[in-house]
Order: sequence, then C-alpha cells, then structure tokens
Amino acid sequence: MSAPLLEVRDVTRRFGGLVANSHVSMEVRQGEILGLIGPNGAGKSTLFNLIAGAFPPSAGQILLEGRDITTLPGTARCGLGIARTFQVPRSFDSMTVLENVMVGAFVRHPRAHAAQAAALETLDYVGLAARAGAPAGELTPPEKRRLEMARALATRPRLLLLDEVMTGLTPSEAQKGVELVRRVREAGVTIVMVEHVMEVVMPLVDRAVVLHLGEVLAEGSPQQVVRDDGVITAYLGERHRAA
Amino acid sequence: MAIAKALPLATVPSPFLARRRRQLLLAVPVFALLALLPLLVRDVYLQNVLVLTLMYAALSQSWNILGGYCGQISLGHALYFGIGAYTTSVLFVNFGILPWGGMLAGGVLAVLVALLLGYPCFKLRGHYFSIATIVIAEIGLLLVHNWDYVGAAMGIQWPFGPDSWATLQFARDKVPYFHLALGLFAITWLVTWVIEGSRWGFWWRAVKDDTEAAQSLGVEVFRSKMAAAAVSAFFTAVGGAFYAAFVSYIDPESVMSFRFSLLFALPAVLGGIGTLWGPAVGAAVLIPLTEITRSYLGGNGSGLDLVIYGVLIMLVALARPEGLLSLLPRPRAAGEGGR
Repeated sequence: MSAPLLEVRDVTRRFGGLVANSHVSMEVRQGEILGLIGPNGAGKSTLFNLIAGAFPPSAGQILLEGRDITTLPGTARCGLGIARTFQVPRSFDSMTVLENVMVGAFVRHPRAHAAQAAALETLDYVGLAARAGAPAGELTPPEKRRLEMARALATRPRLLLLDEVMTGLTPSEAQKGVELVRRVREAGVTIVMVEHVMEVVMPLVDRAVVLHLGEVLAEGSPQQVVRDDGVITAYLGERHRAA
Repeated sequence: MAIAKALPLATVPSPFLARRRRQLLLAVPVFALLALLPLLVRDVYLQNVLVLTLMYAALSQSWNILGGYCGQISLGHALYFGIGAYTTSVLFVNFGILPWGGMLAGGVLAVLVALLLGYPCFKLRGHYFSIATIVIAEIGLLLVHNWDYVGAAMGIQWPFGPDSWATLQFARDKVPYFHLALGLFAITWLVTWVIEGSRWGFWWRAVKDDTEAAQSLGVEVFRSKMAAAAVSAFFTAVGGAFYAAFVSYIDPESVMSFRFSLLFALPAVLGGIGTLWGPAVGAAVLIPLTEITRSYLGGNGSGLDLVIYGVLIMLVALARPEGLLSLLPRPRAAGEGGR
C-alpha cells in the first residue's frame, strides 16, 4: 500500500483546561473522500483546523506525504497543496466573486492575467461563472458555499478540507454539492469533509472517521461505521440501537 | 451547473482587467484637465488652496494604501511626513543637497522606520494597532522637539534664493508648486492603480476583509502588511519633502502634529476608503472647506476646522459609510460582467 497523503499521529489539542482532541491518530489516503463525523463537541472542527494549520497541536505530529508539517502555518500549508473552506462562509466582501477566486489563484499564478484566467476557469467548474462580476456580499448562501469551494480549488490543492459544506442546503442544492464533490475527487483531489448531515455523507465518502469526546471512536467504511455499536450509541443515540 | 454548461467560457468577459483599462483611460483626461486648472484660477490665494488640496489628495492616497487597501488604520502618519520634511530640510540647509535628493532620502528613511515599527506593531490588531501608531508619532514629535541638531522647537528655515526647479523655491509663483503637487498625486494614483491589479493588491484587500480566510488561501499576511506600510510611508515622506519646500520653514508642530495624521486619513474616509479616487474626492471637499473657513473665520487655533472634520465624518458615517464616491451610480449591475 502506498504511503498516506496525510497522517495525523497521536495529536492532542488543549484549550486551557479543555481537551478538544486527545491522542488522535488517523490517516488520509491518496484520492479518497474521507468523512470526519461525530456529535456536537466531538472535536471535529478542532482536528480540521489542526490539519488546515489554523493553530498548532499541543502535542503530536501531522505529516503530509511523510513530511512533518506540524508547525507550518496555514499560509505555507496552502502552498504545499492543502486548501480549506470555512463552516461559516468567509468571503472577501469588498471584492467581486471573480476577485475572491483570484486571491486563491495567485498562489499558483503570480501574474494577474494568468490568475484571472485560472479563476474564471474555476468559477465555470463550480457553476458560478455567471456571477463572476457580482460583489461577493450579494451572493445567496448556497452561492457563497460554491464561492468558498471555488476559492479553495483555485489554489490547486491536493488535499481539500470541506467544513460542513452541505449544512443548510436544500436537498436539491445538496445534491448539486454532492455532484461537485464527486467531480473534484475525480479530478484527482483528495477530500476530507466534516459533516453533520449523515444521509449526505454516508453515500459520498469512501471511509469515515468517527470522533467522540475528542477521541477516535471508530474508523472504516460507512457500512462498517454505522453498524458499530459504540458509534450507534454515541452518535446516533440509544433509540437507533433498537432499529 | 446547468447555467454554467449553457454559458461557454468564451462569452464570459474579463470583468476585472476590462475595468482596470477603463479606469486608466478615465484618469488620463482627468489629470490633463487638472494640469490646465491654473489657467482658469488666477487668484494666488485660491491657487494656494489648490496646491494644498492636491497635496492632501496625494498624502491621503498614500495613507489609503495601508489604511484603505490593507485595512491597517494608522493615525501616526505625521511621523513619516515629518521624516520627509526634516530629512529634506536638513540635507538642503546643512549640506546643500537639492530637495529632489532629500525627497528620495526621506522616503527611504521613512521606509526603514516603517519596517522597524511594523515588526512589533503588526502583531497588534484593529484598534490596538491604531493606538500604537498615535503614541509612536507623538514620541517622534517629542524627540524632534528636543533635538537641537534639527533646530528643536525653533525648526529649520530654508535660505532665500532665486526661483528654481532645482531647489524647488518659487517666491511668488504658486503654479510650479501646483504642478509638483499634481505630479505627486498622479504618481500615488498610478502606484495605487498598479498595486490594485497586482498580487499585492489582492493580498492586501484579502488581509483587510478576512485575515484568517486570507491565510488559508496562501496570503502572506505579515509580509503584506509590511509591504503596504513601506509603500505608504515612502510616499508620505515624499509629500513631507514637498511640503517643506513649499512652505520653506518647518518646525515640529507644523509638520508632525497629530492634526496631520488626521488630515491624511480623513479625505480617504470621506471620499471612499480603499478606492482609487476616494482620497482625491475627499480632499477636494475637505481641504477647500477648511482653508476657506480658516481664512474667513480667522480660526487660527480656534479649532473650528476640527469641528468641521468631526461633523463631516459623522455625517458620512451615518449616511454613507462607504464614502462620497458611493453616491455615484455603480458602473456595472451585479453579475453582469464587464462591457
């Protein structure tokens, strides 16, 4: 088996007295879609932010293709090919949609002309091309999520981290989102998605890691994970056990 | 997605680059017409007001580079203004170095100071950064006040000499100063325009809008702030050098008081912060207004001009937080793309 794209080794993160992640180890394989799931407060977002480089772990290591990136800030990780979206979309509201995406494109294309071409292509890819000239602040919530995707994709990532991109979408919008995520994976990008909406995640992901109280509770294919007794109890609740 | 399929990429125009071309095409006639303005305005007093207006437009544009584009609100730019004015005056009066050289030297010195101060200050965020800039500029003022070599509280008087473009001395004629100030403003405008279209410009605006999101997209946040501070300080110092030549006498209060820091920030805020023409529009409203009230109401030291700034800023903040420029109709409707 080839080496994993990303490896999290025995990572712990404390916030004051609170241990948000405790001795978490997991790996992300090349080309897969990995779901990071768990009930509220399980430490999903913390782990996500640790991988993205928003803050460093208190202990443990994070490796990208065997290279230690534990202390690298988000800016440098973006250069290495890790891109992320935010749970609450954070568009640059003084800019147009196109300019937002250009910020991401500048990582690979230092010149404005090339960056604009790359950004337009990315906008077309996510289906936002028609809104290129609109101020980012005027987008609808689902469009904003698309913009987040476009911006992250414009940095040409190898690993894309999606933070609850499906939350708050109507079923038809979510369906489009699922199609987009699948297309991105087919283009060769590895994906880690934090998600609440189980019926969206489970058919989409190849593998799922379940977090509970800051620790890895279970790991495996969606089918294995949903049959795991510990997971059913912790995540889906007692009543699902009977079913 | 269906929409994107129906709309081939070729029909999507290039909204960003097209808009930039239009901005440049608009600027050329504006600057050309401004250059002819002294032919219409013959009155020396009014010419003086025009010189100051253009100078503050240039200085506010310089401030806008750091404050408007990068979002780092400095209220201590009087420090860089003073560095430019004092460097030029000392070099000219004590060493006979022409003000053109002094301009450059002052600019470079201001860049060095900006980088030195930026290193600790850019670790501060928002209001704390602004407060730090005020305090540092006040310390600079006190130092100059007590520094005998630069004339301490007495200041520096430029020697009288014949009218000359070499020494930038013109005893009666305001028109050369008008064209100098216009040139300075045109350069700061052009620099801003170039930056707007470059990676730095995008990085700076990204830092201003959302630092965390910017970081996740590979934006070098600290380097962005340092670069913006350096460019901003350079042109503020060049403006200070111009001012020293224009008034040919400087003392600490007349180039480094807090008033100046305000006067660099206010036109940009009034006209439209982080925009190409905002500082010029703001200066065109604010500077004539204050100069005229000062001379008609004899407001020397009465602080009435400060009252006017305050009222104007409150009005703009209440009615149009985006600045006067936003009163103009938007050139393009949402999603329409460039023409």
